[in-house]
Amino acid sequence: MTHQLPTTDRLSPLNDIHVAAGASFTDFAGWQMPVRYDSDLVEHHAVRTAAGLFDLSHMGEILVLGPEASDALDYALAGKLSAIAVGQAKYSLMLDRDGGIVDDLVVYRTGEDRYLVVANASNREVVAAELLNRCSPFDCAVEDESDNIALIAVQGPRALEILLEVPGIGVPGLAELKYYRAIAGEFGEHALFVARTGYTGENGYELYLSPEVAPALWDAIMETGAGSGLVPAGLASRDTLRLEAGMPLYGHELGLDTQPAQAGLGRVVALGKEGDFVGRAAVEAGAPADARVLVGLQMSGRRAGRAGYAVLSGDATVGEITSGALSPTLGYPIAMAYVDPAASVTGTELTVDVRGTAIPASVVPLPFYSREA
Amino acid sequence: MPDRKDLQYTAEHEWVLVEDDVATVGITAYAADKLGDVVFVDLPEAGSDIASGSVVGEIESTKSVGELFAPVDGTVTESNQAVVDAPELVNSDPFGEGWLIRVRFEALPELMSFDEYTALVGE
Repeated sequence: MTHQLPTTDRLSPLNDIHVAAGASFTDFAGWQMPVRYDSDLVEHHAVRTAAGLFDLSHMGEILVLGPEASDALDYALAGKLSAIAVGQAKYSLMLDRDGGIVDDLVVYRTGEDRYLVVANASNREVVAAELLNRCSPFDCAVEDESDNIALIAVQGPRALEILLEVPGIGVPGLAELKYYRAIAGEFGEHALFVARTGYTGENGYELYLSPEVAPALWDAIMETGAGSGLVPAGLASRDTLRLEAGMPLYGHELGLDTQPAQAGLGRVVALGKEGDFVGRAAVEAGAPADARVLVGLQMSGRRAGRAGYAVLSGDATVGEITSGALSPTLGYPIAMAYVDPAASVTGTELTVDVRGTAIPASVVPLPFYSREA
Repeated sequence: MPDRKDLQYTAEHEWVLVEDDVATVGITAYAADKLGDVVFVDLPEAGSDIASGSVVGEIESTKSVGELFAPVDGTVTESNQAVVDAPELVNSDPFGEGWLIRVRFEALPELMSFDEYTALVGE
């Protein structure tokens, strides 16, 4: 058994709560974050059947505000952010000039001239710097508010009924809030921004608020939800949940060497929008015809293919796994992999080199798991 | 279940219970906790000759893969089928029902005491 011990210096505002709860920690982009509290399988199943509470305070929150904020984001990002209404959210990408993916983001329009851009923790600095740079010709300001905003997610089929009962949460319209919509409210006397978004494949909510108030909100949700099966959930379960839901993770499925279409995210790039945007020319030119594309793989048995493992067709290497695990919900190993276009057709039979053993794998559509509507 | 203080330990977070010329081997609670929920265990078959320090098995969790290193030179006399069938035993009872293999050995290398191992993991 060999292990890498975390070397970490950034702590969540909820760190003391996690320590008291007996969490195990991992380093994530320089943050000491809970990897699990007790059992990551229990936490995974709780999110699928009841609810899980996640600390995502390591995520980056960057504000773009001003009269030309819409135009600035239409230039800076791949999506058409000017088209979303106040109160709406949009999944988007930041590209570089070569069409590579700098980060995947969720953008909330919080006002006519205000947007909140949520970036991966590992990309917070580069996204903030790029936004500042790309938005500079426009009449707007870019403010990295990551250190002033904590993020708590409640995910699972019972998330809403729990949130509606939490003392102190006052969010008019919460019960009617639609998917990928967000509204402002209060927790006690403090501002609370609630979005119906998530990264688990379940219905759920993400709550943005001041770090000073986050511990009280966490405790209140824990207390209210305990009787409904809510458990605190760490990054290990978050990873298996998002993998089942076919959601990409930056650094695994997405990176600077990947064009959106290769990752199945061509629809996220608004080629029809007016004007130039960073990466447009490269995306219009397209990746080479033989560029590998992202697929789902389903395997038999219990041995999972892991990130970095080779995918083979016969004796030829045709791809590489980017994420893989024994799916807790489905009971068989699943993986996402980049494979040659010829090997990407659903139903193609391939193998994965699992530490020297060739394990059969079939190409299947993503996602692996969808909640019942 | 043996007293943890009577076990010997390796730097790879394995424990070894020595009874005459047979060593029972498992991974420590610390290692099991670091791995997370164990979902697959691959162990050497009875009769296999193993060499100290070599990788002889795998312990796989939802998140990662841990390798089982042979702590001694010897011959595997038994591998724990119960753990193969129910890998969660590694988490629920790492020092008891979650044992992994038994090895007949001729010479025992120098292993860590309970106190030394506790100092290593800082717990």
